Amino acid sequence: MGDNLLSLILCTPLIGVLVLLFIPGTMKNAIRWWANISAVAGFLVSLPLIMNFDKSLDGYQFVERINWIPALGVQYLIGVDGISVLMVMLTTFMGMLAIFSSWDSINDKVKEYYAMFLLQQVGMIGVFISLDFMLFYVFWELVLVPMYFIIGVWGGPRKLYAAIKFFLYTLAGGVLMLLGIITLYLQHIAQTGVATFEITQLMNTQMPMWMEQLVFWSFFLGFAIKVPMFPFHTWLPDAHTEAPTAGSVILAAVLLKMGTYGFIRFSLPLLPNASADRTIVNVLVVLSLIGIIYGALVSLMQQDWKKLVAYSSVSHLGFCTLGIFALNEQGIAGSVIQQINHGISTGMLFLIVGVIYERRHTREIKEYGGLAHVMPNYAVVFAFAMLSSAGLPLLNGFIGEFTILQAAFQANMAWGAFAVTGVIFGAAYLLWLYQRTMLGEVTNEKNKGLKDLNWKEWVVFVPLMAWAIAIGVYPKPYFDILEKPVAAIVERVNGPKAPVNAAVIELKKTEAR
Amino acid sequence: MPTSFIPTAADLLRLSPDIVLTAGGALMMVIEPLTGAARKARMAAIAVLLIAAAMALSVMAYSDPGTSFSGMLVVDGFSTFFRILVYGCGLLTVLMSVDYFKRERGSESGEYYALIVFSLVGQSLMASANELVLLFIGLEISSIAGYIMAGYLRDDKRNNESALKYFLLGSFATAFMLYGVAWIYGLTGSTNLDTVRRAILGGAMEQSGQMLMIATALMFVGFAFKISAAPFHVWAPDVYQGAPAPVAAFLSAGAKAAAFAMLVRVAASAFFPLSAKWEMLLWATALATMIVGNFAALRQSNIKRMLAYSSVAHAGYILVAVTAHSEVGIAAVMFYLASYVLMTIGVFAVVTLVASKGERFVEIDDFSGLVQRQPMLAIALTIFLFSLIGIPLTGGFFAKFYVFKAALDSNLTWLTILGLLNSAAAAFYYLRVLVVMYMKPAAEGAGPVDPAGIGIKAAIVASAVGTLYLGVYPSAVLDFAGKAAQLVK
Repeated sequence: MGDNLLSLILCTPLIGVLVLLFIPGTMKNAIRWWANISAVAGFLVSLPLIMNFDKSLDGYQFVERINWIPALGVQYLIGVDGISVLMVMLTTFMGMLAIFSSWDSINDKVKEYYAMFLLQQVGMIGVFISLDFMLFYVFWELVLVPMYFIIGVWGGPRKLYAAIKFFLYTLAGGVLMLLGIITLYLQHIAQTGVATFEITQLMNTQMPMWMEQLVFWSFFLGFAIKVPMFPFHTWLPDAHTEAPTAGSVILAAVLLKMGTYGFIRFSLPLLPNASADRTIVNVLVVLSLIGIIYGALVSLMQQDWKKLVAYSSVSHLGFCTLGIFALNEQGIAGSVIQQINHGISTGMLFLIVGVIYERRHTREIKEYGGLAHVMPNYAVVFAFAMLSSAGLPLLNGFIGEFTILQAAFQANMAWGAFAVTGVIFGAAYLLWLYQRTMLGEVTNEKNKGLKDLNWKEWVVFVPLMAWAIAIGVYPKPYFDILEKPVAAIVERVNGPKAPVNAAVIELKKTEAR
Repeated sequence: MPTSFIPTAADLLRLSPDIVLTAGGALMMVIEPLTGAARKARMAAIAVLLIAAAMALSVMAYSDPGTSFSGMLVVDGFSTFFRILVYGCGLLTVLMSVDYFKRERGSESGEYYALIVFSLVGQSLMASANELVLLFIGLEISSIAGYIMAGYLRDDKRNNESALKYFLLGSFATAFMLYGVAWIYGLTGSTNLDTVRRAILGGAMEQSGQMLMIATALMFVGFAFKISAAPFHVWAPDVYQGAPAPVAAFLSAGAKAAAFAMLVRVAASAFFPLSAKWEMLLWATALATMIVGNFAALRQSNIKRMLAYSSVAHAGYILVAVTAHSEVGIAAVMFYLASYVLMTIGVFAVVTLVASKGERFVEIDDFSGLVQRQPMLAIALTIFLFSLIGIPLTGGFFAKFYVFKAALDSNLTWLTILGLLNSAAAAFYYLRVLVVMYMKPAAEGAGPVDPAGIGIKAAIVASAVGTLYLGVYPSAVLDFAGKAAQLVK
């Protein structure tokens, strides 16, 4: 361990898959046990990462470097800063819970299912720890494959359509991003004569403004489709709705974050001038705001429970991109925290849909009503998830949204004003959903005999609730760990600034406390 | 000019792979009628040995690179790379053909393997010729063997259609090329690529620029036909669909690789001074080929036909790298063809197996539920399809990456953008196969796929391993291609 900790984290799920292949497909319980053991092991090996991470240091830690393709200058170069540490933890933690939540719901092709899920973990972790752009791209594209199968094989009625749409959309974004990557790479070679995809080296590349903007838009297409930002979000409701519960959870909690992470890790530091360009910032902020409001409004109109949660993701991710392009420290730190919060809250909401779908096999909201009488514990958990998602103080969602709103107001009053309406709409669709499904009398005979949460479901919900409270009550560690990397990014984009921002973030931390 | 007509030892060594294959192939024809029907499978073993020997000899010949027979033949990194590539392709084709003819006609066919060997002689000459007439001879040897192979099941109507179409259109196109060669000879007084190049640099362009362009255009028609570039691609779908599946694999992989080798060598040596004038033509051809191939493939329901159009599209990607007319571009062509050959052979091998006797199951829907019927076969096909799409960790990914990098390096920005979009759109038709394979239940009456013979299994495994190798560790091939590309000039 020690020096190879990151590789170990990356490989643990992979080893899990390799062993899984040798378990006969008929031994379903053995497969389930092994997959869960691998996922728990995946989480446990990632714990030393956060424990040994030194947040007082600049730059990357746990760096490993091996030459992969010398001819092209591609390296197996991995390492983490505060942002990636949080993302890796989110991935291993949510992956563990998502895999556990599939215990009873997946009975068909169990082995393949878990193999895909573990492979997905490898891809996502790889995305968050790559410090070589090509390596990042390889993982980025690899993630497509397991998710495509998870949606397409174990998904709902329109799974084929959803799977292909997901694949083609994100692939198209990916190849256009590749264009930007190659342009940047060639430009770097032209200037320095060194062929490399190493991010820190590519940062030294000087490009004329038009070229930098071009590369920015090419990255933008790749990342924005993944996030997804309006108007590239149309794949998301389909994919989310048709995916099996655990697939939706991972899709929402981790996969979408690859896009926002991409903006933070690549677009801003590599293309600081384009990222700070007024036109570009305005376009991105406006798209984010449209996403926030449009996502929320569409959520209000949904008849399908799961689709509602899916559209709420569009709205919440709008906050994340808004935070990033506020281009100040609160904005980016808030965005990262909001990404984690969204993972927790929306992950819970999808799990909640999954629980009821397991029992009733329908997601139509009008089929339900008064469930609180039949499933009181379930109603409590749902209430918790709803409030966390709506941003109730002392729960996680509040911290992220509040910080982002503050950043938005600081950057431009109008942005903040529009974004706030998203919070209000957010509360509206969630509360209305809760009212329609949980409160009132039990209107549908079929709902009368429903069983409340079983222990396996509790096991999934309790850690998520605990984490939500932890962030809500004491967010300081998150701001601390993000301070250095975020400051570095902001300094890169805006140039060195007077310590006004630092004072504000300090103030913010006190408030949050 | 030659001082002696007696070939030196070095001359012979450089030609030795072709000598061995020619002599061996002729010998196979002689002993074929003498072999009992039960023993004809041995002919495949002989072919494997011959090809392996040729591979070994071409590696040995590379230890002492240079020209031979007064500059007619050249052994350099480029020609060695393509020799190994076409031999490898021939080897895999032989392996996947074992049992095929037994299945289709009830008896093995010895002379079929001899035809593959002859075709390889032609392809090997195409890769190593440094002289237009030898190039033409190589092309004809390869093509004529190919015509016969395409119609090998002579009682089958589709085979006949395929062979006739291939033959008529192919001869027509090679005639164009020969006509172009004649013009070149008239204009420059030579058919040797280096001499032609010197003549063009030395003023032939100024004296007779128009005629030179016509000559190169005529030759390009022949090349475009052989690489199935639009608008000279129309034969490909009919021929691949009608030909026996292993032959379709051979034609779309090896024959295409050799044709590209010939195109690249001519373009990068003799006509390199004209490359600026060629660029627009190549640009348009590359784009048209990608678009026609991909969009026609979207509409196919027959998998062989779909693969034919997909191979047209891949020719388009490779042409993007040719358009770049740089060393990086040439290296990209080489790497692309290496991974293309592996994935194409692999995918056709799987199709051969699934198609069953009489090639009944060649609709895409016949692949439904393949993962339940034949999981290993389905996984292999998945690897090949992902490689064709260009997903990382398969050879297809780095191939595309390298091609588009070369294109951007030569400032072909728009061609790159359109090419990348094409490659994303292409994912759709490959995904259709994956969808029916994994996400649809097996059709009624689709029994288990026939058990695979050892030969075709070996071919599939080798192609899959090769595809993954190029995707995980492309360095070795990339480095070799990078070095070999510098030798072309």
